[in-house]
Amino acid sequence: MSAALEAKLGQAWKKPHFIKNPLWRWALILGSIAYLAAAFAGIDVNLDRIARGWERGWDFIKAFGNPDFTSRWGDIYKGIYESIVMTIASTVVGIGLSIPIALGAARNIAPLPVYLICRAIVAISRALNEIIVAIILVAILGFGPLAGFITLSFATIGFLAKLLAEDIENMQKVQAEAIKATGSSWSQWINYGVQPQVMPRLIGLSMYRLDINFRESAVLGLVGAGGIGGTLNTAFDRYEFDTVAAILLIIIVTVMFLEYLSGIIRARIQ
Amino acid sequence: MPNYEKNGQKVWQLRTTRSQWIRWGMWLAGLVLFLLSWQEISDNTLWFMMDNVGEVVADIATRATPPRWSYMNQLWIPIWDTLAIATLGTIFALFMAVPVAFLAARNTTPSRLLVRPIALLIIVSTRSVNSLIWALLLVSIVGPGVLAGLIAISIRSIGFCAKLLYEAIEEINVVQVEAIRATGASPLQVMAYGIVPQIMPAFAGIAVFRWDINIRESTVLGLVGAGGIGLQLQSSLNVLAWPQVSLILLVILFAVIIGEWVSAKVRGAII
Repeated sequence: MSAALEAKLGQAWKKPHFIKNPLWRWALILGSIAYLAAAFAGIDVNLDRIARGWERGWDFIKAFGNPDFTSRWGDIYKGIYESIVMTIASTVVGIGLSIPIALGAARNIAPLPVYLICRAIVAISRALNEIIVAIILVAILGFGPLAGFITLSFATIGFLAKLLAEDIENMQKVQAEAIKATGSSWSQWINYGVQPQVMPRLIGLSMYRLDINFRESAVLGLVGAGGIGGTLNTAFDRYEFDTVAAILLIIIVTVMFLEYLSGIIRARIQ
Repeated sequence: MPNYEKNGQKVWQLRTTRSQWIRWGMWLAGLVLFLLSWQEISDNTLWFMMDNVGEVVADIATRATPPRWSYMNQLWIPIWDTLAIATLGTIFALFMAVPVAFLAARNTTPSRLLVRPIALLIIVSTRSVNSLIWALLLVSIVGPGVLAGLIAISIRSIGFCAKLLYEAIEEINVVQVEAIRATGASPLQVMAYGIVPQIMPAFAGIAVFRWDINIRESTVLGLVGAGGIGLQLQSSLNVLAWPQVSLILLVILFAVIIGEWVSAKVRGAII
């Protein structure tokens, strides 16, 4: 038995600390507490306003027990229809744009200049929030679903191309080389060597993105880019909480349905 | 193996005729669906507005440059608020997500029939509603300000964190838990020494990941009046003060990149 172990005999075991250096540990703990305290201090809570708003909040919760689908059904239907249309169109276009960019953003397929350009596109798309892109596009293109459609297509690139490119980079080289060894052209090589390996992931990601695009299309209307968000905003402005509840329920049910559907499809593919 | 005969020789093909037709049918249906969607969007668009898009873009670009750097003085407090919303929101969300995750995981839930569905319902309903919609709702309840944004971000993050966390809990190694139990540990001790150390890396990863997302989301909450830098963005847009808008967008971009960098570093250090 070593001397170090000998010395520890008879002492109770203590969980080792996450950060070994006590100076660093305490500095981090105190720093975090100081930051959190300062952050808390920055929040001004207006109790009077909350007390008045509480009644409204309770009305809202009650509205979920009695959602009003009928009185604004025309607006709700139009909004949901527009959201679905935007979701489908932008997902299709987004996937179509993502595939070539993903091929370009995979280091094992693309030459360096193409790789850098495609990675830059992905980085820009990921860094810009959908709402901000929508605001700019509404300013340029005017109100309507076109701005929302372009926003969602652009946002799809950042998500899909990045994850697909990572999957292509992780693929098995052997299969792709076997196809190349048969004397295939570049497009045949991609089609028979690379595509079958990444197809399950591509379909899974596309389904997931469809789901995300629908959720996002529900808020783009807040800035005038089409979809159910506009109807929702109007209902909030009128304090028609029963209509709001109806819209939220429709969104939740659609999202659950899409998630269920994508679960089935992904299970069947794998 | 699917094949067909040509000059008395069998030729290999990828799919049987039947599956080929089914595939064509599905592609066709998808295409029709897409074209119908596109037609709907096109019908709702004023195409004559598009004639001078180039001019509009050039016009906005010239107005927006250079950014009005002096406006930065008024942005420090909104930036601080935005970060506070993201950080405190993530912390509150984690406090609420941990119990929900333990109730939702198949191996730790007290009752699969009663408690688990409720926990899953909380996860789904908080996750499917965007934080901007939560913010819209909370602004009308607690009034405009940072508090509404903070609560909106917390609620939105519960479902996300709880979902990832309960999947991590379900994947833990049972042997370690049993080893702790075999030492005569109480259920709480089993939790603290058997389960928690196994999910700690996942937990830290989720927390930082969500913090990163929350920074992005909290930058736009101000558009509906829920505090943060979005408020300044909204008011600058309303008066078409493009130099201020471009400065705010640069600040947001910078904050998002910093957030992503920090979260990548922290996750790299933990995992």
